[in-house]
Amino acid sequence: MILGIDTSLGTAVAVVEADGVVRAEASSDNPLGHAEAIGTLLEAALADAAHGAIGQTGAPEPVTLTHVAAGMGPGPFTGLRVGIAAARAFALGRALPVIAVPSHDAAALGFLLGEALADPFAEPGRFAVVTDARRREFAYSVYDGLDDDGIPVRVAGPALTPRADIDDVLAEAGAARRDVTTIPAAMIAALAGRALTAGRELTGPEPLYLRAPDVTLPAAPKRVGA
Amino acid sequence: MTRAEPLVLGIETSCDETGIGIVRGRTLLSNTIASSMDEHARYGGVVPEVAARAHLEALQPAIEAAVAEAGITLEKLDAVAVTSGPGLAGALMVGVGAAKALAVSLGKPLYAVNHLVGHIAADILTGDEVEYPTVALLVSGGHTSLLLVRDLVSDVELLGETLDDAAGEAFDKIARILGLPYPGGPEIDRAAAGGDPNAIRFPRGLTRASDMAEHRYDFSFSGLKTAVARWVEQAAAAGSPVATADVAASFREAVVDVLVSKALDACDRHGVPRLLLGGGVIANRRLREVALERADAAGVAVRIPPLSLCTDNGAMIAALAAQLVASGHAPSTLAFGADSTLPVTEIQVARGDA
Ligand SMILES: [Zn+2]
Repeated sequence: MILGIDTSLGTAVAVVEADGVVRAEASSDNPLGHAEAIGTLLEAALADAAHGAIGQTGAPEPVTLTHVAAGMGPGPFTGLRVGIAAARAFALGRALPVIAVPSHDAAALGFLLGEALADPFAEPGRFAVVTDARRREFAYSVYDGLDDDGIPVRVAGPALTPRADIDDVLAEAGAARRDVTTIPAAMIAALAGRALTAGRELTGPEPLYLRAPDVTLPAAPKRVGA
Repeated sequence: MTRAEPLVLGIETSCDETGIGIVRGRTLLSNTIASSMDEHARYGGVVPEVAARAHLEALQPAIEAAVAEAGITLEKLDAVAVTSGPGLAGALMVGVGAAKALAVSLGKPLYAVNHLVGHIAADILTGDEVEYPTVALLVSGGHTSLLLVRDLVSDVELLGETLDDAAGEAFDKIARILGLPYPGGPEIDRAAAGGDPNAIRFPRGLTRASDMAEHRYDFSFSGLKTAVARWVEQAAAAGSPVATADVAASFREAVVDVLVSKALDACDRHGVPRLLLGGGVIANRRLREVALERADAAGVAVRIPPLSLCTDNGAMIAALAAQLVASGHAPSTLAFGADSTLPVTEIQVARGDA
């Protein structure tokens, strides 16, 4: 089983079986308060996972995790880091490997699976996952269906654009806009499972900050006058 | 768990040091520190976002290194401890997120504690018996606080703190005025060598009789900073070379004088003949010298933990939690966050049985 954690928007935790069956999901949509929420959500998801797949109420059985999947953003930095730190520390505690997952890719997988369920023969068009990046900017990634490994094909992004420009940018890319306010941790874990099966790495260990730290080099000391 | 000698891992990320400490009761097993100080040097001070990014990068390797050095395995831990505040919010959150996940992962109790009280707890790792009550002077780039500690786990009183810059920040800012690199403490020390500490009489903030009623134990370094800047400007305007050694020595003397005078005054007025020093600025040789000299004359015993335990570190956080465990405090619940202005009276945060 894979533990998925994402704090790029709200705070989300899920436990998913190797074949993608979701065991447990616990999340808070609050765009703040990640550090406050993460511990309780982890505890809840793990307890829940012991009762079998969602909807089932079997007798508790041990939850044997094999990996921890971390949503790497993009997202507001302060919150984003909480989930990555939590994923790494949880993994250390159980001697498990961490799988880094771009958060937009997980949202895209969620869309594509949802569409496939609704109509297995539909050709999903090109679309963009769009999330709030604060400072009057959006973060976006453009996708074009699933590849043979069942992994969303990201053809552009993640990148930032001024909010006023997003529709032009997406029109240029020929992508339908999909605004996203939550990242499902179950999709973080499910996508990690697909990457694992395919032997692929989705992103490196660096968070997808997309912005350098906001710093200015110090000017010469201010004059204090005579 | 052996309650008297619990094995605790402490995580400290309140400023620019990622500190992971492991203690067994009062015994130090590892004090692993990864500092991002070099990354801040070009900015002349700690940049919160740079510090927070560095914490995330350093955390996992630092925990692994600490565990290896201590010769333990994580399953053996009796508890996990973390700094909840005070400090830089974004930096603290990295540690809080990691500590909660580690505690849940291991199924171990978690203790969320106060950074400043952690500085006091560092002293119990020195192997000597600590006597209470004691006055504690904690001086760093992030804080300047005078505390009365009657009991480490239950009774810490804030006597006073800085109203503006921390003493360490004052050193950094004066270093910049003198054209010296960051961090300012060691640079000012170097520049002051051979200088006359009495060459210029810089102001001692909040020491006038009129300040005493309200701010007897508080500190202020902004007036001193302005006075030094003005002195340097005037020297430059007059075309005379700035006597950097004298300025540095006189500035340092003013800071040290205020710190030590107020600390010994607190010892005197509270009838406590013990003074504990902590925080990174304690590395300043002149501060230690003057403190020891004047405390000796006043009949006050001074305790100074080794420097590696004075600067921010995770061992002090683990040590404080070990004392909380030993005194039977219930662990913290998981419902707490980072509190950048956590008052010193809150020794433990979100205590489960309180
Ligand atoms: Zn400190």
